[in-house]
Amino acid sequence: MSALLAPLGVLGRNTLGLMAAIGRVTLFALQTLSHIVRPPFYSREFGVALMQIGWLSLPVVGLTAVFTGGALALQIYAGGARFNAEAVVPQIVAIGMVRELGPVLVGLMIAARVTSSIAAEIATMKVTEQIDALVTLSTHPMKYLVAPRVLAALLVVPLLVGIGDIIGVFGGYAVATGTLGFNAAAYIKNTVNFLELFDILSSLAKGCVFGGIASTMGCYYGMQSGRGAQGVGRATKGSVEAAAVLILAANFVLTGVFFSL
Amino acid sequence: MIELSNVKKSFGSNHVLQGVDLTIDRGTSMVIIGGSGTGKSVLLKSVLGLVVHDSGTITLDGQDVTKADRDTFLARFGMLFQGGALFDSLPVWQNVAFRLLRGSLKRPKDEAREIAIEKLRRVGLKPDVADRLPAELSGGMQKRVGLARAIAAEPEIIFFDEPTTGLDPIMSSVINDLIREIVDEMGATAMTITHDMSSVRAIADNVAMLHGGVIKWTGAVGDMDHSGDPYVDQFISGRADGPIEAVR
Ligand SMILES: Nc1ncnc2c1ncn2[C@@H]1O[C@H](COP(=O)(O)OP(=O)(O)OP(=O)(O)O)[C@@H](O)[C@H]1O
Ligand SMILES: [Mg+2]
Repeated sequence: MSALLAPLGVLGRNTLGLMAAIGRVTLFALQTLSHIVRPPFYSREFGVALMQIGWLSLPVVGLTAVFTGGALALQIYAGGARFNAEAVVPQIVAIGMVRELGPVLVGLMIAARVTSSIAAEIATMKVTEQIDALVTLSTHPMKYLVAPRVLAALLVVPLLVGIGDIIGVFGGYAVATGTLGFNAAAYIKNTVNFLELFDILSSLAKGCVFGGIASTMGCYYGMQSGRGAQGVGRATKGSVEAAAVLILAANFVLTGVFFSL
Repeated sequence: MIELSNVKKSFGSNHVLQGVDLTIDRGTSMVIIGGSGTGKSVLLKSVLGLVVHDSGTITLDGQDVTKADRDTFLARFGMLFQGGALFDSLPVWQNVAFRLLRGSLKRPKDEAREIAIEKLRRVGLKPDVADRLPAELSGGMQKRVGLARAIAAEPEIIFFDEPTTGLDPIMSSVINDLIREIVDEMGATAMTITHDMSSVRAIADNVAMLHGGVIKWTGAVGDMDHSGDPYVDQFISGRADGPIEAVR
């Protein structure tokens, strides 16, 4: 009997564990928000975070977007050719990039680049007692370490998504006009006429949410880190996994919500 | 005055503090001795609330530390961590002046820098280390930067976790003198952990020995040599045989 119940026990424990984790993360996110809106505000930390998350992510965002846009154009051209619809390349590249791939790819790149580095940095600070030292120096770690990073990500990731969208569309444009024989002026005109303001706004809104997820998970796992080098490793790995999965899940939910509007 | 009564703390099945009673009077220097791993660092951290004790009470001037307003409470303290705990993303002088660059004690940048350089000098470091990063310093230098940071805002109560480990004998005595000076001249209350018996004699007004999760002996430093306590005797003479086991 107990052997039969064992799997149920495991299921129950895991479900409870998951619920508890969701609760802790939610609480952490709410605390972060409350620290963002209450003084003091550490402008130097905020500036560094803007630089790290925004400016220094530009190369990887640009490269990801341009290659994806290019590949998308090739696929749509080949797929469209099966029912004589090659001409839809500009429109589908634009909508695919802006509504879906731009935000998701930028989000995942931020998870890889920013979440991991935030988690490793904060976890190392935890392990070497730097977080304790902050407390003894009358500085709240949430305010000094977490709030500036999360605020910077909330503001700058939408911007990165916007840039990624443009570069992705340009990747499609370059391939279409360079190798697929599209007329340059017509391609641009088709793209611009096709996109609606709502497409762009939904793209940026996704960027904001993904930026919040990526930075919050990095901070959360860093602050929860266990002891030693192993603790830092676990925190880093856990943060990237959680951020990537949550970004994809949030993307699914948001896409559904935006279609229902 | 800091008062601990029946303070207990366990990490899982590891019962580190098992009922610690200790009083540190204002303006005096208390030195905690005891074997490695007996919970001396945990004891300091529980006073500061960095480690939350399971039971017992810790009071500062009669007020329970867990109920005090955190900001005003912490503003009275300075702490040197055993591992230094310097912020590795900030240059040395900004580490030292951390408190002077933000919050209620904030002052102009060049003034804060001047104070930092003065504090560095007091721990025997030249002004040219001010702009280096902590990772570029030796272990003993990092320790001294940590010390400079702990005293930079001239707090009333200062905790030093092994201030002289990793220092050469001359530097150790500079640091011992500094701690003594801070207590005598600035009237600070100090609580120091050290394994170095010459430091104990140079720094302490009172000594407490932590062993087996409790304070085995406490008294004035002058009484330490004829305490009559076999644990204290073995510890200060550094013998391998005695009531304190060598493997723990
Ligand atoms: N955060 C923690 N989690 C789990 N165990 C801990 C933690 N901090 C300390 N301990 C345990 O508490 C015990 C006492 O540690 P502590 O650092 O206070 O020793 P110590 O007396 O300062 O030793 P040393 O002289 O070597 O610095 C050790 O067994 C240690 O493993
Ligand atoms: Mg210790």
